[in-house]
Amino acid sequence: MADVPILSLTTFLPLVGALFILLIRGEQEAVARNAKSVALWTSLITFIVSLFILTGFDPSNPGFQLVEEVAWLPAFNIAYIKGVDGISIWFVLASTLLTPICVLASWDAVEKRVKEFMIALLVLETMLIGMFTALDFVLFYLFFEGVLLPMFLLIGVWGGPNRVYAAYKFFIYTFIGSVLMLLAILAMYLTAGTMDMRVMVDYPFPSNMQIWLWLAFFIAFAVKTPIWPAHTWLPFAHVEAPTAGSVMLAGVMLKMGGYGLIRANVQMLPEASFFFQDVVFFMSIAAIIYTSLVALAQSDMKKMIAYSSVAHMGYVSMGIFAMNQQGLDGAMFQMLSHTFVSAALFLCIGVAYNRLHTREMAAYGGMAKNMPRYAVVFAIFMFASVGLPGTSGFVGEFLTMLGVFEVSTWYGMLSATGLVLGAAYMLLLYRKLFYGKLDKPEVKAMQDLSMREVAFFAPLVAIVVIMGVYPASFQNVYNPTVEKILADHQASLKAAGLIEVEAPKTAGLRTETPATQPASEN
Amino acid sequence: MEIAAIFLPLLGAFIAGFFGRIIGDRGAQIVTCAGVLTAAVLSVILFTQIGFGGPEAARTIELFTWIDSGTFEVSWSLRIDTLTAVMLVVVNGVSSMVHVYSVGYMSHDPHRARFMAYLSLFTFMMLMLVTADNLLQMFFGWEGVGVASYLLINFWYEKKSANDASMKAFLVNRVGDFGFALGIMAIYIIFGTVEFDGIFAQAASKADATFHFLSWDVHALTCACLLLFIGAMGKSAQLGLHTWLPDAMEGPTPVSALIHAATMVTAGVFMLARMSPVFEYAPVALEVVTYLGAATAFVAATIGLTQFDIKRVIAYSTMSQLGYMFFAIGVGAYPAAIFHLMTHAFFKALLFLGAGSVIHAMSDEQDMRKMGGIWKLIPGTYVMMWIGNLALAGIPFFAGFYSKDMILEVAYAKHSAAGSFAFWMGIAAAFMTAFYSWRLLIMTFHGKPRASEKVMAHVHESPAVMLVPLIVLSIGALFAGFVAYPWFVGHDLEHFWSGSIVMLAGEHGTIIEAAHHVPGWVPYAPLAAGVAGIVLAYVFYMFSPGLPGAFVNSFKAIHGFVFRKYMFDELYDALFVRPAMKLGFGLWKGVDIGVIDGLGPDGAAAVTRRLSLASSRVQSGYVYHYAFVMVIGVVALAGWFLLAR
Repeated sequence: MADVPILSLTTFLPLVGALFILLIRGEQEAVARNAKSVALWTSLITFIVSLFILTGFDPSNPGFQLVEEVAWLPAFNIAYIKGVDGISIWFVLASTLLTPICVLASWDAVEKRVKEFMIALLVLETMLIGMFTALDFVLFYLFFEGVLLPMFLLIGVWGGPNRVYAAYKFFIYTFIGSVLMLLAILAMYLTAGTMDMRVMVDYPFPSNMQIWLWLAFFIAFAVKTPIWPAHTWLPFAHVEAPTAGSVMLAGVMLKMGGYGLIRANVQMLPEASFFFQDVVFFMSIAAIIYTSLVALAQSDMKKMIAYSSVAHMGYVSMGIFAMNQQGLDGAMFQMLSHTFVSAALFLCIGVAYNRLHTREMAAYGGMAKNMPRYAVVFAIFMFASVGLPGTSGFVGEFLTMLGVFEVSTWYGMLSATGLVLGAAYMLLLYRKLFYGKLDKPEVKAMQDLSMREVAFFAPLVAIVVIMGVYPASFQNVYNPTVEKILADHQASLKAAGLIEVEAPKTAGLRTETPATQPASEN
Repeated sequence: MEIAAIFLPLLGAFIAGFFGRIIGDRGAQIVTCAGVLTAAVLSVILFTQIGFGGPEAARTIELFTWIDSGTFEVSWSLRIDTLTAVMLVVVNGVSSMVHVYSVGYMSHDPHRARFMAYLSLFTFMMLMLVTADNLLQMFFGWEGVGVASYLLINFWYEKKSANDASMKAFLVNRVGDFGFALGIMAIYIIFGTVEFDGIFAQAASKADATFHFLSWDVHALTCACLLLFIGAMGKSAQLGLHTWLPDAMEGPTPVSALIHAATMVTAGVFMLARMSPVFEYAPVALEVVTYLGAATAFVAATIGLTQFDIKRVIAYSTMSQLGYMFFAIGVGAYPAAIFHLMTHAFFKALLFLGAGSVIHAMSDEQDMRKMGGIWKLIPGTYVMMWIGNLALAGIPFFAGFYSKDMILEVAYAKHSAAGSFAFWMGIAAAFMTAFYSWRLLIMTFHGKPRASEKVMAHVHESPAVMLVPLIVLSIGALFAGFVAYPWFVGHDLEHFWSGSIVMLAGEHGTIIEAAHHVPGWVPYAPLAAGVAGIVLAYVFYMFSPGLPGAFVNSFKAIHGFVFRKYMFDELYDALFVRPAMKLGFGLWKGVDIGVIDGLGPDGAAAVTRRLSLASSRVQSGYVYHYAFVMVIGVVALAGWFLLAR
């Protein structure tokens, strides 16, 4: 396997599928049918191919692996470099897993321009994988921006009635972020003389320059993540997007923000990250409390889940900038967990929407009676979203809170209020949809999950439970990388004279007795 | 064997839950009952091995790694020492009886398989809680029983009141869990581990550590213990976080017996006993526990005096008894608390199941004002209720007598302000307990029938499948106290607990030893209070039925306040629930849409729109805009490269 460019293969396979779909000609119905099956098979094969990335990956190696390097514009030190490390590998796999699920979820839901829809979906997959595996900043930027095109089309063409406004908002936010990021990349290139991200990671940018670079990157990624207050595009985008669009948006696209924050802000700009820690904490906590409260006030179920996404991503940004093992580890896990849980929740909402064509919670009620399978699936993901131990949601939430608590008990305590608020809106949603009397005739007529729907929920349920019960299996893949990032980070801070001791800043515990090394037992 | 005792209920829940339609209701009942009954037998074997085997018999079985994050390492494991073994017997014992009882009680319900699955799921979660080897696994069980409780309270999900009650239960418990989670984090920072062995080994060395919590420097262990106690308050319905428990009676009665009387609500007591090596070094925290427990015992008993719903009376009685357990812990008498936990599990489950039998007989009537005069019609249930009430009131030789006496003695023997407060509150509560218990008995079974003739004609004794569990539990209520006394709090205490509970010795030895040297009148005080309560109840409700009304009329304001449960619900609604909803709506409409969008994208959009009015082709036009900008970016990048070099 060593000489097969597995990353490029995974990246561009969907594009090949998209080309095939483009070539399909004939009657409209036949085209739609063929386009769907080609898309399904392409995405499934891509998923299987992407599994080889996991088998070829050595978890004990914290550096970049499976690296492919081809000279591109050697005169400018720009190359086609791809590679994965512990941070990016899971996102590649998440992209390849969610795409076939999205194809299945759109099977009946998309009626017009099926061919184009499937092409957009596959192109989106290529762009996402390309972004997560790019190790050259030019390549990274191309894919990062490229993701937006198919996403834009998904919302703009197949979206709901208010899609124009949503697209506008989406555009303005991302535009500002992209411009700033481009400027920052150029400035870094000028200083470091290369676009190779592997070099940039170790390059010591001057302290005052870091501040500006950091701000530029942060704005770009804060829009993507999204971090409060740059989140207001998200509820609109979700509400207008078709189910598959929402799934990809919440499942993978938001993670571009978190990934970028780790890769660019933390790894390349350690001093600025240290400097801005409190700012990020404040914004993250604001996101957790504020958006949870806003979610509580929603009557549109998709909007509620969208706001809950912002709250959950608040844990991510907070964990990343806690700059300790539990925080960063938890942030990674929370991102992964959110990938599957939010994707599943949007799929769940899609199930109801496809049958009744409304997102108003009040239009439903009592569905536990006629749709027991749906009720069980929804309940599992609701509890995962609430962060119930034993589901994936708990691990990330708890570790990030712990990481932040170690830095500051205030922020730790405030973030823990999310435990109560998060439960409040999810239980409210579940109650309005599933409990009460089944007295609306149109709700009564709804069919329980079809086998196709069960087929795409089953893997998600399995993943959410496995991640909850045996998270170590996922953590082991990225832990060495996380440890290395933190060690590098500490080293840079020490070199810059920002911290004196080995240990990161922790909430003050003082013992009168001679200090014993914690965790010396077992 | 350990694994079977804990995972059989899960297996039963899994089969009944996901394959209930294939194996049918009967199949689901058989599978779940068999699973839990087997687990109960295994638990008894484990109990005899470990309770009498000395310190070597305790064991920990590690299953596999759960969370691994740097120094924060947690495994799934089963820790079985005496404390756990006691809980295994209580949980699996009561649970198996409730399972069997439910076969009869729920025989008319269309969702029997689902009910049995939930019950078994609950049992498993409770077992995970008590066998936890670290705080995080305990938290897993802790939240798991919360979910099971949520599902079971809401079992009849078409009822709005059940929806409300289940949400309230989950959310109020989450408030407690907020404290528990922070407590776990504080423990991790203090000890560098969340595993019990590691924590306990270091407890003494951290006795003087300080901890910077929020903006203050506080005593580290006190801080951690109080945070954990907030968790215990939620689960065990202590004053302040208790409002969910009475409402939880919306669930089917077997649920009330198992979850909201015998097992889940005692989880807080168990947690504090489990953490005894740490709490012993946090005397301030213990004092808080004492005051709050004593206040809970008293307040809950007063509310119990005024209620008319048979299940709510027993619910407030449960809350009151939990208060006893907490102040026992507060004075450092963990074994006494666990002793009462054990006896209480038997007699309170008995009372609830007996009440269920009454409700079953009265065609689902729960209001005691519509009962009366049925003792001859359901003699079996009547006898069982008597036994349960005698045990609850602490009449000699019944189980409650031994444990309640012990608790009041240790409170007295503490010789502190908190201890004395707890003692007198406990005596007052004992008096009220006896009073409301006999009020319940008399109103339910004696006097003239107040139900409609149709209901009265239908009154019938419950089937054997419901009576047999009652008999088994009544045996526990009769003998558990007498038999277990020497091991739990008597002279075999040390050998029995063998280190699973830590009590620091004072100048007169441990608190339990001190309790054996209290003045002669102390052990008789609760008995006198109990008998007085019973006598007064007879006077009020049997011999001169006009008295209660006259009494209520002369203290209208106080009675109204107590009858409305001290207005906690109204207070919380006005303080938290409504403001949260209002704030959410305000933030959404005001800040999100008003400020952020107004200044940000909408404002920018308005400007852009004016500038680009000429070339505005809406719809997909934006895509081209966007692509255009991106291309410009790339071109700029490329051009810049060319020029720069």
